[in-house]
Amino acid sequence: MSTTTTRGVAQPAPAKAAPARPRRRLRGNPTFNFWLFTGPFLVGLAIFVFVPIVWSIWLSFFDARFTVTPSKFVGLDNYKSMLTNPNFTGSLVTFTVFAALIVPLTWALSLALAMLVHRLRFMRAFFRSVFFLPTAVSYVAAALIWKMSIFTGVRFGLMNTVLGWFGVENIAYLSDPNPPWYWLVIVTVRLWLQAGFYMILFLAALQNIPAELYEAAAIDGAKPGWQTFRYITLPQLRATSTAVILLLLVAAYQAFDEFFNIISTKATWGQTPLMILYKTALGENQDYGAGSAGAVILTVLICSVTLLQGKFMGFGRGEDSK
Amino acid sequence: MTTTAPQVGRDSRKKRGGVLGNTGLYIAVSVAALLFLLPFYLILRNSLSTDPEITGENWKLLPSFQWGNISELFNDPTVDFAKSMWNSTVIAVSMTVGTLLICSLAGYGLARIPYKHANKVFYVVLATLMVPTAVTFVPSFVLVSSLGWIDTYRGLIIPGLFSGFTCFLFRQYFLGFPKELEEAARVDGLGYWGAYWRIVVPNSLNFFAAMATITFISGWNAFLWPLVIGQDPSSWTVQVALSSFMTNQTVNFHLIFMATAISILPLVFVFLFLQRWLVQGIAQTGIKG
Repeated sequence: MSTTTTRGVAQPAPAKAAPARPRRRLRGNPTFNFWLFTGPFLVGLAIFVFVPIVWSIWLSFFDARFTVTPSKFVGLDNYKSMLTNPNFTGSLVTFTVFAALIVPLTWALSLALAMLVHRLRFMRAFFRSVFFLPTAVSYVAAALIWKMSIFTGVRFGLMNTVLGWFGVENIAYLSDPNPPWYWLVIVTVRLWLQAGFYMILFLAALQNIPAELYEAAAIDGAKPGWQTFRYITLPQLRATSTAVILLLLVAAYQAFDEFFNIISTKATWGQTPLMILYKTALGENQDYGAGSAGAVILTVLICSVTLLQGKFMGFGRGEDSK
Repeated sequence: MTTTAPQVGRDSRKKRGGVLGNTGLYIAVSVAALLFLLPFYLILRNSLSTDPEITGENWKLLPSFQWGNISELFNDPTVDFAKSMWNSTVIAVSMTVGTLLICSLAGYGLARIPYKHANKVFYVVLATLMVPTAVTFVPSFVLVSSLGWIDTYRGLIIPGLFSGFTCFLFRQYFLGFPKELEEAARVDGLGYWGAYWRIVVPNSLNFFAAMATITFISGWNAFLWPLVIGQDPSSWTVQVALSSFMTNQTVNFHLIFMATAISILPLVFVFLFLQRWLVQGIAQTGIKG
């Protein structure tokens, strides 16, 4: 009894909004419920994301050292000083090199692992777990192993011990940027940490490729192996690849943990943009103005790279939410 | 999931006289697996060794199993490791509970409640995804410090609860949630709130478990924000404590590795135990092709 009456009452109420689909509605006013559900999140988002961003843009035009309520307007000076600061511009170069190395390598390794695991007939769950497991390890812990056990630069480190068996002299991986051996350390640690995660994305995508495509290709005379991979698998993975590359790029931009813990913070090389911002804003000078200007520059850069990539690679084309 | 290997792959492999190809496949995958497991072995080996065993040139495969390293670590006067473990636990657990609650509600609202401006609100949320959280740490620090939240749990937890990304993932998930179940709720005369708690959440536990694991891991492993906010050693998280070991000359190698091993163990267990949901969850996040 109550069911029918409540439905009868609830239906005419939102009549103005959508008379075409009232029978799909749950009881209650949608507008009120929408804000009930999303309100807490939106308030938090406003306070902890939007307010800081606006505040940061505000601060970036002021001389703000040791204070967050500055009085001296300096216009674009903070931007000028960041863009002419060789440490900051150098960090952008560091990021570019890092992204150029880590994005394609992770893409290739995670795809290769996914294809290997996908073809396994038994023990598939075991190997998937093994490759996925490093995702649980923090960048700090991994940096520690890499720095203090594998690439120590002296003979007790694993790498130099193994190389020593072949008569190779000790290599100082982390104390000298010439030659830049530190890239080997930095890139391998992140490869190990993140390849398993992206492998899962590729595995899911591989499972979604219809088997008929491979049958059709076989009938058309495509050889299994490279030809099938090139003309069937790769195009079918396009949407996932694009998403993976985008995620990798954004993650590379935010590189901090492993650089901070592996490379001496006093070094003038191998500093990522975030490390420079960290030192500028929270170092000895506590220069929030310049730090904020750097953050704004970085955000603009990330957004333009993301949008450019979206434009060239058609992000979202194959995976519209609905 | 494991049983749905495409038949075609199997057939074509059989045709190629599979045994050799298969052996090669398993050799390749095993070599890769050994490389991936190597760092775990190194942590365990070093954590149970003496310092000379770690830094000596003669490499031994097995350590001398110094179990006393565990108590030595927790009694170390320079870093209060037990306290940092506790801090990380409190932070990771409350972040998981809070984020799931706040972001799942918002995700459901955005996906399923027919409000005419819902899409505009969604674009506002999407816009925050474009600004990576790590870049906003300077302004966030400014805000949190002016609230007086430095060195507090509040400062470490609350700013991290409003994850645009988690909200986005929940929205994607709820878009695919079967409408029939909600129609059953409508027939039963439930409102949005009742339907959400009595129908939607109980039928989405797998996805919630996956999101909980992901949030817990990222809370436990977070470094930059705890480093910035936790200035007093009593508010350090495990990751900040570990990092301090690397610059602190007085701490010994075996203690560093024991601390690393202990910091990783809970997650490895969580990971192996919840692996099935995790993999499904990641595969379901809407980033698939």
